[in-house]
This record gives sequence, structure tokens and C-alpha cells, in this order.
Amino acid sequence: MAFIHAPSRRELMLSAGVLFAWAHWPKLARAEGRDPRMLTIVLRGALDGLAVAAPVGDPDWIKLRGDKALTIDGKPPALPLDSFFALNPAMPNLHRLYKAGQATIVHAAATPYRERSHFDGQDVLESGLDKPGAVHSGWLNRALASLKAEHRVGDEKAFAVGPVTPLVVRGSAPVMSWVPPNIKQATDDTVLRLLDLYNHTDPAMARALEGRMGLISLARSEAMGGKPGDAKPPNMNGARAYFTEAAGTAAKYLARADGPRVGALAFNGWDTHNNEGVASGLLANLLGALDGAIAAIETNMGDAWSQTTVAIVTEFGRTARINGTDGTDHGTGTVALLIGSALKGGRVIADWPGVKATSLYENRDLKATTDLRAVLKGLLRDHLRVDERVLAETVFPGSAKLKPMGGLVVSA
Amino acid sequence: MTLDPKSTAALALHRFGLGPRPGQIALIASDPRGALLAELDKPNINRIAGAGLMGSAEAARALFEYRAEQQARQIVAKREADRQQAMADTEAGKSMTEKTMAEKSMADDAAQKRDPSKDVGRQIFLGEAKARVDAALTADIGFAERLVWFWSNHFCISADKIPSMAGAYEREAIRPHVLGRFGDMLLAAESHPAMLFYLDNWDSIGPNSVAGINRSKGLNENLAREILELHTLGVRSGYTQSDVTSFANVLTGWSMSAVSNPDHGGEFVFVKRMHEPGDKTVLGKSYADDGVGQGRAVLADLARHPATATHVAQKLAKHFVADQPPQPLVDRLAKVFRDTGGDLKAVTVALVKSDEAWSARRGKLKRPDEWLISALRVGGVREPGPDRVVGAQNMLGQPLWRPPSPQGFSDEEAAWLDGLPTRLDIASTYAARIWDRLDPHTMVDEALGPLASRETRETVMRAESKTQAFAMLLLSSEFQRR
Repeated sequence: MAFIHAPSRRELMLSAGVLFAWAHWPKLARAEGRDPRMLTIVLRGALDGLAVAAPVGDPDWIKLRGDKALTIDGKPPALPLDSFFALNPAMPNLHRLYKAGQATIVHAAATPYRERSHFDGQDVLESGLDKPGAVHSGWLNRALASLKAEHRVGDEKAFAVGPVTPLVVRGSAPVMSWVPPNIKQATDDTVLRLLDLYNHTDPAMARALEGRMGLISLARSEAMGGKPGDAKPPNMNGARAYFTEAAGTAAKYLARADGPRVGALAFNGWDTHNNEGVASGLLANLLGALDGAIAAIETNMGDAWSQTTVAIVTEFGRTARINGTDGTDHGTGTVALLIGSALKGGRVIADWPGVKATSLYENRDLKATTDLRAVLKGLLRDHLRVDERVLAETVFPGSAKLKPMGGLVVSA
Repeated sequence: MTLDPKSTAALALHRFGLGPRPGQIALIASDPRGALLAELDKPNINRIAGAGLMGSAEAARALFEYRAEQQARQIVAKREADRQQAMADTEAGKSMTEKTMAEKSMADDAAQKRDPSKDVGRQIFLGEAKARVDAALTADIGFAERLVWFWSNHFCISADKIPSMAGAYEREAIRPHVLGRFGDMLLAAESHPAMLFYLDNWDSIGPNSVAGINRSKGLNENLAREILELHTLGVRSGYTQSDVTSFANVLTGWSMSAVSNPDHGGEFVFVKRMHEPGDKTVLGKSYADDGVGQGRAVLADLARHPATATHVAQKLAKHFVADQPPQPLVDRLAKVFRDTGGDLKAVTVALVKSDEAWSARRGKLKRPDEWLISALRVGGVREPGPDRVVGAQNMLGQPLWRPPSPQGFSDEEAAWLDGLPTRLDIASTYAARIWDRLDPHTMVDEALGPLASRETRETVMRAESKTQAFAMLLLSSEFQRR
């Protein structure tokens, strides 16, 4: 069970945190003079892809999002990627890597999942199956297991510290996991949701929670006529520090000569129903934290950065239009962010569906025109050298008709 | 208000039991009240397997021996350190070098340091805690366990004062009687060495007893007062200070044998030498002096006293139903108590059969231990590790067998509501460990059935992750209130 013997509050908070897991990686590519690394980051809660890479060249863009639309002359101005797309200004590191050919943005992408449940969406994203269900292993683990069957190397004893390993790396291939010390997880999203629930169901509990969590000021600013978004979401510094520490440590492990070669971690907090704050607000802060994590990965990878790819993925996107409370609801098409010096980057890859009302999926969402599995299959085949047949049958079962996306990495 | 069968089943599990395990709401939905009553009829439902657990006297002797050995070891270590120090002083002249200072401090540390896994007191405590947690997690409904918890808190002692006996006391004095007679539990509790030590009666001496005349020590009223105020009649029920003093004199000589006695240390003993001689009057009735029998007679009368019936009925109804329980319910329970001479099973059955016990608003905030166990049960956890449960209870302000006073832990919302943020931390941690076993599509139904509000269902289903969904469920008002 979860309870630590007589723990401090801080210990508890951190063990509640997101965790990472690394699978040991047999260094079989060494014969080719390569030693590839691959990190997968799952953004839980469904990321608004249009808020990351905005289609500023699409004539329907401003119509769609009005004054919430990112623009290259906005406040702050979006960072141009090409003549059509521009990046959220909270992500200067990603922009720099993109310009250096070390980042690729795949747009209008999605898994085969078309419903709107986080749980099922995450199941599909991490399991690699085309339907949610009782799944006990993830695509990254199965990819690893397939390689290991042919090339068993060294002592593969599992090592696990911390609570639950993300599904994407769970499975028969041994995994070690680790929880970052000294950093507390930002649970403010949970607190705010709970507060909202209590306000509807149990005022006494709402008061008890408010009082202790120091959110009275937040509530007051709303009561006094300010918009809820006026109050800064609490503890963003905590999220930023957590993301940086987590991703940076993952990179340090992957960079070690004797370290694991494949890893996964997850960041929560992307379910932005209210006051999304694309340019300066909750989402901008989260994207800034993610940008910090990206910088930490690059730095801590050291020389191994040249052999690295990082796939940043989410279970689905969000509605194309802004909703009545300045947020977005669960949608379909979104972005996948690929970074790493092993990439043939500097491109936005998209079969752009457009954002006209008639182009939207169910008149709500950015239509998914790229199957995320094709992107992941491309990385696994060309970067980690996973057999294409194995990818079609085992890693992403039933995906034979879906060709791996070629040309994503330099060495392909 | 009439509830549908599934709601009634969920209410039965939360209000009277320790919360549902997956599948259990459906299991008892055909007859929830019958299921509660059937649990009470199961043989030995109120007992727990004591395999490997020591009796209270044996535990007290074991801890005494352990501590005596520890003390001896420390003395030896200190002597050795002093001897080395003296040698160093001689060798290095009068100046003490940093090195020898460091050595001395290390020797001191070594003498002080204890290996927690070998700490006999901790082993005893955790063994008892494990037995208790196991019973709570494996119970079908947990109604009998809830009764044990209720009565254990009513007749509480504290492990802060008598660590060796905390668990054994509950098994010996409380469990056998929760479905028996109140008078038997009263006698078992008040004559238990743990209680006699906790409320200072073990060295209370009658001023005119042999020991009282020979020694300058005297009467201690603590136990007598708490029996009247907390365990039987209730505060402000008409007894006077002279009743307290007189009753304290009745109880002189109720003691325990020294734990250093290797054969019988830590057992109840009536010491005639300490007992105040003569007849005594308590609550207007005179009791002839027949030694230990005098105290037994007073306790038997207190057990039958109408004020005791009311006090117990009030507390029971308050614990199971509402902070301000419906008066007709209290009156009915008190009447059954009086009519049956304190038959606790009859009183408990009357509680279950009373409509008020079911129709009351679900406003009771679960106490930390109730909430913790219900969270473990609904998550399907069977072996949580007793140290973790103990640690979580500490954090939540309800340390196991360590009430803040003889009043026991409070039964009112106001005492516990401020602990909500800590519950949030614990629920999040717990959810992060077990989320992958859980199906968010069914968890609300398994935990609450139709008792879940639309808002709670939506909040759980819209959570960002399974972890958050489960934490939200455990923190929802409907899961925390019963």
C-alpha cells in the first residue's frame, strides 16, 4: 500500500509524484557504431495541439480562436516555425532546437482512439492497441522485448523503486523505475478539481480544503468580480522544478555508458477545461515547464544527445474552439513533439486538414490526418532498429497496413 | 425516506461496516439489514486469531526484560567508553584530542542506538496492529469490527502510557463482550491491568489500609471518576464528589503485579493490604466490604443504572448515525439496554432495525481509521503492511491506541475536518500505487453505488488520469461521509 511509515508531508507528496521507468537496453546497435537512446514523455490530460503549434497561415485560424489565437504579432508574439505554423512563445528552447534541425512537430496527429475518455485514451496511447481494454503491457516495452529475444545481453534483472510504472514501458522486458527525490508533485490541479466538487456537494469540506491549501485568496479574487484566471495558478514554480528535475534526471541516466537506453515518464496537468491560458496562463506555464524539461534533457544528455530521440505524446487533443469558460474540452487531433539530435528535424509534418467548421472532426476537433502509431513505428524502426514485421504484429498489433513514417531520423 | 436496495446496501457497508470491497454492494443488495444481522451471528466474529500474539501480562514482562537488557548494555558501553577516555587522558596528558572526543561520542551513540527490528515493544505493537488491520480488511462487512473499535474507544487506554498491552487489552477486555453484556465488558475493562495502570489505580492506596497507614501514599481518584463520567453514567448525571471518593476507596487494592515478577508480572491482583477497609456508600447505596467483591458489586450496579443506558445509547447512536442523533433512536436503544440488562447484542440489533438509523442524512465524517480502511478495502488491498497503516493514522491525527485523553477520540466532524488536506496527500499517494488495478468506469459503482452524486461521478470520470480519478473518489464527500 501507499502509506510510508511515519513519513513527512514532503515525502508523501513526492512519492505521489509522477514516476519514470527505464528499461535496460541491450546495446546491440554498437556493431553499427551507434548507441541510440529513446525517451518517451506522456502528457496526461490531453494537450491542446493548436496552442503549441498554431496554424497562423490558415485563413480560418483567427475566426476559430478569436483573441485567444496565437499570432506572430500577438502579445507575446508566437515564434515562427515556417510560413504556416508558429510555436507557443513559452517554448524558446524547443524553437531553438527546431531551428537547429533537432526538433520535429507532427501536427493533426492522433492514436486510433476517437472517443473522449482520458482513461481509455491513455490506454490506447500507451498500450499500442487500437482499442482500450485490459492491457498489461506497453508498446515501448514490447518493442524492447522483441529485440531482447534475439540479442540478450548482460544481466537484465529488473530494478524498481517507487510506485507504478507507466503502462507504455510495462511488460515482460525488465524495467527499473525511480521517483525523483526532493521535488514535490504539483497536485494543485487535483485540489482545484476537488474544491470545485466540494463547492457543489459539501460546503464544509470546501471550507476545510480552502483554509489549509491557502486558496482563499484565489476564491476571493473570483468573488470580488475578478475572473478566475486573474489569480495565478498556485505552485507553477513547483511544476517547473518538477518537470526539469524529472526529465533532467532521466537524461542523466540515459546518458550513462552503463545506463538504460530506453525510458518513459509522464507529466500530468494538461486537461485545460477552464482558463486555458494559451499565451499567458496555465497552459503557457505548463508549456514553459515542458520547455525547461526539454532544455534539461539536451544538457544532461551530453555527448549522447547526438544519438537521442525524445517523443512527447498525449492521449488526444482538445476542441478546436474555445469553450464558454475560456478553456477547451476533450478533442481529437493534436501534436506530437519529437526532439533530439538524431532527428532530421526543423520540420512541421502535417497533412493539414484546415480549421474551417466543415473541416473539423464532428464540427468540434482538429481532424486527425496522421496516425500517431505511424510516427512511433518510424522512430522504432529507424532509430532503435525494431523489425518492421514485429512492429506490425506485436508492438502495434494489427497495424500492418499502417506504414512506418520514414525519414524521421538522420541515420535512417 | 426509503432507499432502493442498492443504495441501502451501500449505506449498510459505509454506515455500519468498513466500506465495500469490489462486488460487495451487489452481494448484499437483496437484504442489507439481514446481512448486517447475519454477520453478528457468525461464530467468533468479534474475535481475531491471536496466533503469535502475546497476552497482555506476557507482553508486559517481555518488554520489561528487553528494556532491562538494553539498560544493562548501555551501562556496560558507557563504562567501556569512560575507561577508554581515562586511558586517552593519561596517554595524551590532560588535553583531550578531537579523535578521542569523536570516539567517545561514537561509543555513546552506539549505546543509545537501537535496531528497530529488534525492539520488542515495536514488534508487539506492530503484531497487534497487523492482526487488527487484517481483521478489518478481510471482514465481509466489518460491522463487528466497527463495534470493537467503538467499544475500544469508549473504554480506551493509551499505548503512550502502557505500550506493551495496548493491543492485547482490546483482545482481552473488549472483543469478547461487544456482543455480550455491558456489565461483563465493564468489569473486564476496569479490572484489566492496562486500565488500572493507565488511570493510575494500580498504586491507589486506601488511607486506612495497612499499606496506607504504613506509607504516606494514598488515594487516587482517577479511575473511579472516569468510570462514572466516561464509562458508565456520563458527565453531569447526578453523582457527587463524595461518590467519586467513596468509589475510589472501593477500588483500592485493584492493582497489577510487578512486571519484574517473571511468572505473574503484569497480571491483575487484588492487594488486600492496599484496600480501604469498611462499608462504603456510592450513589446512596451501601456496599459491604468483601474485598474485591465490593468493587464488583458497585460496577454491576453502575452497569444497570438508567443513566448508563442513556449514556451508552447516546454514544452508540452518535457514532453510527449522526453527530446529533435522533432522540427517538436514542430513547429506543436506551430502553432496550434497560429492558435486557445491558445485552449489547440486543441493543445493536435494535440499532440496525431502527428506521432512524437508515433515514438519517449521510453526514457523519468517517474518522481517519474508518476512512483509511474503507479506502484500502475498495482498492482491493489485502496486505498493506501494518507500519504503513500505523504511519498514516499518525499523520491523520488518530494514532492507533493513542487517544489524546481518557475520553478517547472524538466522534464529531469538527475534530477531523481540518485533516482533509492530509487525506488528500494520502489518497494521492495511495492512488498512485494501485491505480493500474482499477477500472475508472466501475469504481464509483463499486464504492458508492447509487449513493454517488452526479457531480462526483462526473468529477471521477473526467479526471485527468486513473490516479486522479481514484483519489477523487476517495476524497469525495459521499465516500468520506457515511
